[in-house]
Amino acid sequence: MPGQTQDFALANPARPRESPLALSVRRLLRGRSSRVALIVLGIIVLVGLLAPFIAPYDPSAQPDIVALKDLAPSLAHPFGTDPYSRDVLSRVIYGARLSLLIGVLATIVSLTLGVAYGAIAGYAGGWVDAVMMRLLDAFLSIPRLLLLIGVLVAWPRLSIGALVLFLGFTGWFGLSRIVRGQVLALKHAEFVMAARALGASRRRILLRHLLPNLVSPIVVAATLGVAHVIVLEAGLSYLGIGVPQPQASWGNIIQDGADQVATLWWMSLFPGLFMVLTVMTLNILGEALRDAYERRS
Amino acid sequence: MLRYLGGRLVQAVVIVAIVATITFALIHLAPGDPFSAVMDNPNVNERVRTTLRAQYGLDRPLPEQFVRYVGQLARGELGWSFSHDRPVREVLASALPNTLLLMAIALAGSFALGILIALVQVARRGSATDHALSAISLVFFSMPDFWLAILALLAFTYWLPLFPVGGAVDPVMHDYMGFGARIADRLRHLLLPALTLTVLAAPGVARYQRAALLDVLPADYIRTARLKGLTEREILRRHALRNALLPIISLLGLSFPALLTGAFFIEKIFAWPGMGLAVVNAIGTRDYPLVVGGVILGSIMVTVGSLLADLLYAWADPRLRAR
Repeated sequence: MPGQTQDFALANPARPRESPLALSVRRLLRGRSSRVALIVLGIIVLVGLLAPFIAPYDPSAQPDIVALKDLAPSLAHPFGTDPYSRDVLSRVIYGARLSLLIGVLATIVSLTLGVAYGAIAGYAGGWVDAVMMRLLDAFLSIPRLLLLIGVLVAWPRLSIGALVLFLGFTGWFGLSRIVRGQVLALKHAEFVMAARALGASRRRILLRHLLPNLVSPIVVAATLGVAHVIVLEAGLSYLGIGVPQPQASWGNIIQDGADQVATLWWMSLFPGLFMVLTVMTLNILGEALRDAYERRS
Repeated sequence: MLRYLGGRLVQAVVIVAIVATITFALIHLAPGDPFSAVMDNPNVNERVRTTLRAQYGLDRPLPEQFVRYVGQLARGELGWSFSHDRPVREVLASALPNTLLLMAIALAGSFALGILIALVQVARRGSATDHALSAISLVFFSMPDFWLAILALLAFTYWLPLFPVGGAVDPVMHDYMGFGARIADRLRHLLLPALTLTVLAAPGVARYQRAALLDVLPADYIRTARLKGLTEREILRRHALRNALLPIISLLGLSFPALLTGAFFIEKIFAWPGMGLAVVNAIGTRDYPLVVGGVILGSIMVTVGSLLADLLYAWADPRLRAR
């Protein structure tokens, strides 16, 4: 009952009204599956953050390329070793660090671009909007993986920073369409008119009045976006054009064992399990956030 | 209706033109040119390099190169594939039918399977079956394409050798088989890649369709049908599903990019000789013209796919048909 919360907020000036995002997060934590997802994701993030303290071996050390290569899982090497005698568990742990980092950074890039582009198109309206949207249609009809393959093959031996930028540059199209729709819908809302009547600049209206109303869809897009980037980066690394060796990412661990899938099954199985777990928890959280947000509006 | 069709067609052409511009920019923003990867080494004579570049017009000013590029594209010329020593167009044209076959089977299979799952879920909404199917869908939905394909390969060709390891036909015996045996051989090779792609695409359909069905259930006509005394089954089949068909058509258009990228990985892992395998192998050999050709063809496929879906939508929706 929205009316009641309003009264409650008015009656208690000491307790500021909860922001929409905080409300969504509180609703989210009520669900059992999202609580479990949050814990699992928290553990994976922690593993990534503490990688140097948790990993039993140096992830890129090749201690004995003859005697210690291609070892099946054992107590000494729970996830086995790879064809270069590196410990797969340590690589998976460091892979968590890199894959999550790439996911988050690339998503920040695409959020910035997507919000800016969508807000400008929606607020400008008219032919500017029409042109910007047609351009967006074209971007959207190039499959993201193909576009990235085209780019990455042209620039061989890219640094991880550049990879992050390219993943970010190709990930904002969907979000900017959502942002544009929201801005378009809110542009003529009374609070925006009031701000305009008070002489607020365009910039101020966009940043102070419209953007806070977009936080929820942006958070949802960010959560699902990180999941998407992790899968994409893994796919590119699997194709050999993502994270360069000897750095470990979940995708290029799988690629290291790709030639001998049948004999080195542990090299595809374990990093993949971590990847699925991460992506799944992010999907659960993203959708729970969306549900919480949509129930409110 | 005609105006809508015309507008949509123009839009598709504009999209392809922009895609062509983007790929041109890609080619020319990159360090070197299409020849650098294979030609810029001491083993290749300097004169050979300059001659080849002149032949391809790479020494001309950029605007002129752009006009040439667009002209070539319009005629379907995509350049020369170094690794195959054949025109890119021929390499892709011979691989395309295999990819389309894989995608068509997976499209039909995943929509059938996805809609079926959604119907079962909605018929028993809130039950343990509903929750279990949701959970299973989510697991498969979260799986990277290439990982599931590797697991399928591992499980059903090595551990449980039900299917051949890869390729489209048996490399040795196929030519000696009779007609019936040849078809059986092809099917045996097709089944596992097609099933994998189906399983990858189905959860998305199921999740989407479940939501679409739940959206129509509160409608007044559903309540009317219930009051008329129809069984829950009949309501779902005759009223809910019919009205939830339009979202299916929208999803059809949206599912092409994912299906295509899925096919890329699956073709690589099962050595299925389609355009995905051709392009992925071209990455390894740095055969840039073939990669770019694949990007352009893939984008055209997606554009045409969503155009067809829109046309289907316009035809299926009486409100749009009347216009």
